[in-house]
Amino acid sequence: MQSIHVDTFDDWRDAARRLLASGVSPTDVQWIGGTERSLFDDEPSPTAADLGGEGTTPSVPKAFLELARYVASHRESGRWSLLYRTLWRLTHGERHLLEVTTDDDVYRLTQMRKAVSRDIHKMKAFVRFRKVDTIDAEEQFVAWHRSDHRILRLAAPFFARRFSGMHWSILTPDESVTWDQTSLHYGPGVPASEAPSEDALEDLWKAYYASIFNPARVKVAAMKREMPVRHWPTLPEAELIDDLLREAPARADAMIQTNEGFAETAAHFMPEHGDLVSLRQAASTCRACPLHQCATQTVFGEGSPTARIVLVGEQPGDREDIEGHPFVGPAGKLLDEALKQAGIERREVYITNVVKHFKFRETETPRGKRRLHQKPDSREIYACRPWLEAELAAIGPQVIVCLGATAAQALFGRDFAITKDRGNVMRTDWCDITIATWHPAAILRMQDAARQSQMRTQLVEDLASVK
Amino acid sequence: MDVRDKLQVLADAAKYDASCASSGAKTTRPGSTIGSTEGMGICHSYTPDGRCVSLLKILLTNYCIYDCQYCVNRISSDTPRARFTVDEVVSLTMEFYKRNYIEGLFLSSGIIQTSDYTMEQLIAVAKKLRTEQRYGGYIHLKTIPNASQSLIEEAGLWADRLSVNIELPTEGDLYKLAPEKKKPQIEGAMAGIRDKIDETKQEQKAGFKPPRFTPAGQSTQMIVGATDAPDVEVLKTASQLYSVQNLRRVYYSAYSPIPHADARLPGQSPPLVREHRLYQADWLIRFYGFDASEIVAEADQNLSLDIDPKLAWALANRHYFPVDVNKASREELLRVPGIGARNVKRILNIRRFQSLASGDMKKLRVAWNRAKFFVLTANHNPALLNLDKLDLRSKAEPKTKQLMLFDAASSALSGEV
Ligand code: SF4
Repeated sequence: MQSIHVDTFDDWRDAARRLLASGVSPTDVQWIGGTERSLFDDEPSPTAADLGGEGTTPSVPKAFLELARYVASHRESGRWSLLYRTLWRLTHGERHLLEVTTDDDVYRLTQMRKAVSRDIHKMKAFVRFRKVDTIDAEEQFVAWHRSDHRILRLAAPFFARRFSGMHWSILTPDESVTWDQTSLHYGPGVPASEAPSEDALEDLWKAYYASIFNPARVKVAAMKREMPVRHWPTLPEAELIDDLLREAPARADAMIQTNEGFAETAAHFMPEHGDLVSLRQAASTCRACPLHQCATQTVFGEGSPTARIVLVGEQPGDREDIEGHPFVGPAGKLLDEALKQAGIERREVYITNVVKHFKFRETETPRGKRRLHQKPDSREIYACRPWLEAELAAIGPQVIVCLGATAAQALFGRDFAITKDRGNVMRTDWCDITIATWHPAAILRMQDAARQSQMRTQLVEDLASVK
Repeated sequence: MDVRDKLQVLADAAKYDASCASSGAKTTRPGSTIGSTEGMGICHSYTPDGRCVSLLKILLTNYCIYDCQYCVNRISSDTPRARFTVDEVVSLTMEFYKRNYIEGLFLSSGIIQTSDYTMEQLIAVAKKLRTEQRYGGYIHLKTIPNASQSLIEEAGLWADRLSVNIELPTEGDLYKLAPEKKKPQIEGAMAGIRDKIDETKQEQKAGFKPPRFTPAGQSTQMIVGATDAPDVEVLKTASQLYSVQNLRRVYYSAYSPIPHADARLPGQSPPLVREHRLYQADWLIRFYGFDASEIVAEADQNLSLDIDPKLAWALANRHYFPVDVNKASREELLRVPGIGARNVKRILNIRRFQSLASGDMKKLRVAWNRAKFFVLTANHNPALLNLDKLDLRSKAEPKTKQLMLFDAASSALSGEV
């Protein structure tokens, strides 16, 4: 029985090669390894050298050497003898042994290799460089990392390739390595207490980490499985985890609170019968969007139930909201005049709005409170549109006139540009002749007098064109 | 607003994008001194929601002139807004990368001014990283809808991967929820990238050294559950994209109720498990020779949520079984529930030297609890008696539903079944 001391893969390979050449069976060797001697002790392993001259070594599958290199970094003490036994079997009639992954020895080796690979992967992932004082205007980065196995030499070349233009060191309790932008230099192990303690950039990194966490999906076990807790001390972001978890329920609640998507549409308030009387009745209690809360009442469409022309505006204004009828304020007056000039009787048409409640912002003026019109957003328009669709279905008009951009976009889609397509006859799902023209309120708001009268003329022309 | 505040807003806004995985080109970019794309898929951290952090995933800005209803950045949303400068993104990427926090940059943006203007800004970031910083790490740029072809081609010179998001499974869905985005335009942009990739490959083959063009290919993202399009539609669209546009990856993002969401969207997210099932089905299409329409066995055209798609297929196609692990072809073995592609390869190797019994299958770590009902092994396999029994489904169903949820979190990376 021979006893052989080995510390590194190279030791083992030299020894194994000689033993194999001299035909020494695995049962006749005792491998002694795992001494805490540092890899930097350059003294050669005396026992390995004692093994005598090289004989002819039978060829060994390349895959085995690679496997052995990984397994050698594992901390388990039985690895050297397991490797030699496998080598022996491979060269003594079981050439394809490695393919038989169900074999006990191969299985154990594979498991060890997996553990080492995983550990290397974790080093690549969890090394965190910290910038230290610059030397000669050159940035210096240092990381401290604790690996499960002795993998620094397997992992370091990766860092050298990735951070080739950077001066860095990785310290581990077993050994350390420095890259000077040309080559890797290995040195003794370093305790965590000697590692740099912080980097100003960590604050930004933590801010990023906290922002990408979705509090509605907490999966702590999954996180711990992939990012083992033993690595947390060297990960700056890990110190946020407790707080993030504690705040998660409240943040998730807040997300739901601001989630307009939890509201409904007017479709939920549709009456059984789609006639105008039932619709008007049902709309008076609509709560599909928050607009009903501040407005006085629902302002539903009005006019002839058999109208040939339906006019659609944006939303009721201040006066409409108080009186409960569409187009009765200043804009309504202007519309009435335009209709008259175009030769259309108001009582022959049906007039309604895309949104049925008044949306406004309250401001203090020297003369008291004023309610300022606010444009409905797409969420409110969408919520309210079922009413308009039901009105159109009940009437079945031959002509629809959209007054203003909001109404036009509600019917033609959002890329409709009123300045470009005003007055053009288009076909929609609701009727063959659909046009868009200026909203009377837009005309009233126009400062430029010449432009204002031009718009007014165009409104009359557009109305007359569909008479 | 300082960089930290912007980072909070613009990282938060990007977190709904699923295409997070980095996968790299095999060779290092010539002339780079910091960064490589080897060792693809390193996750540098994990958040408490179980998701991995591998990229600095941010938007250049979350202002947007569009109004896509599933998107938190749409013009009508009242979310807080911010905008990075090109230099800020370059510096953040370099500083994070040098500290080994990230594997690269995933940069997307809301549309500001015009599509081309926005695209130019994204290109400026990538170009600066490559030329001024000599950065060789991963860059994924999300192309801006309707940006001109010449800009997309320029982006491909600097980026490792480009993505053009298909957004929604069907044309009708797009029409409804993202009227500004049109399917022909989206597919046209994809085809443009594919042509350029092909062209680059041709030139390489002919012995020229063309400039790199998106060496990691192109990918896309589809939002699932925002409309009622069933899984079969989702998968058909995906497999078409794989075959016609030669995409590397299709990412599925379960629509999650976003703050400030639009009312036409469902208030509740479809279960995460649906996302997971789609990744599994996607995997079956790409690597297992399944067809999109045969995978969906349920009457409602959706994948089953309680069992994986391969098991569902096997239960619906029992005449196909049992499969003999010692004799069956590769294609047949690939269809056995619980046996993944890697194990099929191992089985084929081992059986050249010895035959496999059920004990060996367990050692290979196949999911024996599922596989055992469908295979013949060298020894007696009593579970096989259940193959024709009505209650097979309940026997083969996984007992631990909880675990399935954890898998769902990582399923974007591998949908292996
Ligand atoms: S604005 Fe329309 S949808 Fe909103 S509550 Fe009023 S009627 Fe209903």
